[in-house]
Amino acid sequence: MPSLTVLRPGALATVQDLGRPGLAALGVGPSGAFDRRGHLLANRLVGNPADAAGLELLLGGAALRAESPLWMAVTGAWGPVTADGWPVEPHTAVLVPAGAVLEFGAPESGLRYSLAVRGGIDVPPVLGSRSWDTLARLGPSPLTGGQQLPVGGPPHTDVPAVDLVPVGPPPSGTLRLEILPGPRRDWFEDAAWGLLTAAEWRVSARSDRTGVRLEGPELRRSRHEELPSEGMVAGAVQVSPDGIPTVLGVDAPVTGGYPVIAVLALGELDRLAQARPGQRVVLARAFRRG
Amino acid sequence: MRILPFGDAALLAECADLAEVRARLAALRSSMPPGVVDVVPALRTLLVRVDPTILGLHDAERWLARSAPAEPEARAGELVRIAVRYAGPDLAETAGLLGLTAESLVRRHTEAEWECAFIGFAPGFAYLVSDDFPFDVPRHATSRPQVPAGSVALAGRFGGVYPRSSPGGWRLIGSTEATLWDESREHPALLPPGTRVRFEAV
Repeated sequence: MPSLTVLRPGALATVQDLGRPGLAALGVGPSGAFDRRGHLLANRLVGNPADAAGLELLLGGAALRAESPLWMAVTGAWGPVTADGWPVEPHTAVLVPAGAVLEFGAPESGLRYSLAVRGGIDVPPVLGSRSWDTLARLGPSPLTGGQQLPVGGPPHTDVPAVDLVPVGPPPSGTLRLEILPGPRRDWFEDAAWGLLTAAEWRVSARSDRTGVRLEGPELRRSRHEELPSEGMVAGAVQVSPDGIPTVLGVDAPVTGGYPVIAVLALGELDRLAQARPGQRVVLARAFRRG
Repeated sequence: MRILPFGDAALLAECADLAEVRARLAALRSSMPPGVVDVVPALRTLLVRVDPTILGLHDAERWLARSAPAEPEARAGELVRIAVRYAGPDLAETAGLLGLTAESLVRRHTEAEWECAFIGFAPGFAYLVSDDFPFDVPRHATSRPQVPAGSVALAGRFGGVYPRSSPGGWRLIGSTEATLWDESREHPALLPPGTRVRFEAV
């Protein structure tokens, strides 16, 4: 059976797929690849179905050895990735020979690499998904050095012939994200929405798959009573009592008691997943018809 | 009921109280159109998550607005019986706080019919409510670092059973060997929302 050996996991290496939607009423969040678009692209490049499991590699430092010839593709973060010292182009399917060692250096832009392996990482699913949920501690545990990862059989589609993928590296300048008003916008002073959309925010180092904290002006509440816990979604902009907004990630709790002033527009969370600590973020109102 | 916006793929229905949440949850579940990903009950709200490529937000909103709350008798969920050893470390103190003896607290707890209103805090952690148990139980001021799995507990207007060992501030009145959460089961949560629960002293 084809497999990969983890030589070093780097900062945090987890198996991820499209997660566990539909279980929130049981207390289980969506989890799955934080940069879902990167995950989907990597799978497509090696001919995998969209829901095949790959690896999410945070920052640099990971090293993996192919134990048989394996088609792989790296998306998400851009940085020095090599196979036995030879550079591996981003967004390109490469056939890694048996015994070759794939090494991930510190990314130059973005934060987490998505690695797809043709056939998918074939660890046993938990509640229908091979994703590790860092908060609920569900799914296959984070990777450790020496671990062997089974790779599934080849999918029904070939490795597509792709000359050029029109997707660039994650932006390293100011990230502009679209937002929509959240359910508790009226719990804030009138000025708060203006501040939210006018300020230049900085991604806090205290960010992870459960949420990305944004540093900037204080968003003041006009209502100060306690909000009973209510259902949350990934991408919700929740404001803690100190006035700091946090954009909930894919591993956030399924319910929360801080008011949600705004919600990222569909797809924007993928881009925030690649934002680095200190990177600037601007939030702009998205408009919808009707 | 007020329907609040929650981005491109969700709506939040705000109800008057938990009774309305429970009644609406039952009605929504029995009329769910394709494209609904989650209906997540909480203390005063129902979060509806949709796949907007299948069910648009306008249609989701119409569905929410049109569904009438179910009558209580029309929403009797499955009944689960849980055997409890009433020897929790907080049993005597909790009874004292409520002006009861330990024996009468156990009697009130076992005579009540409970229902899972919603799940929160951890996978499978059911918040149980009962019209037969009108007490408001103060939480511990500081959480215990480790509450064993299977601890039967009270806090505020809620009853609960810890599905896994975790930190917690609820008052522990007993313990059960029932498995509240098992991700390898087809139905991982023993007490999903809407389930009726009876505790039995052993």
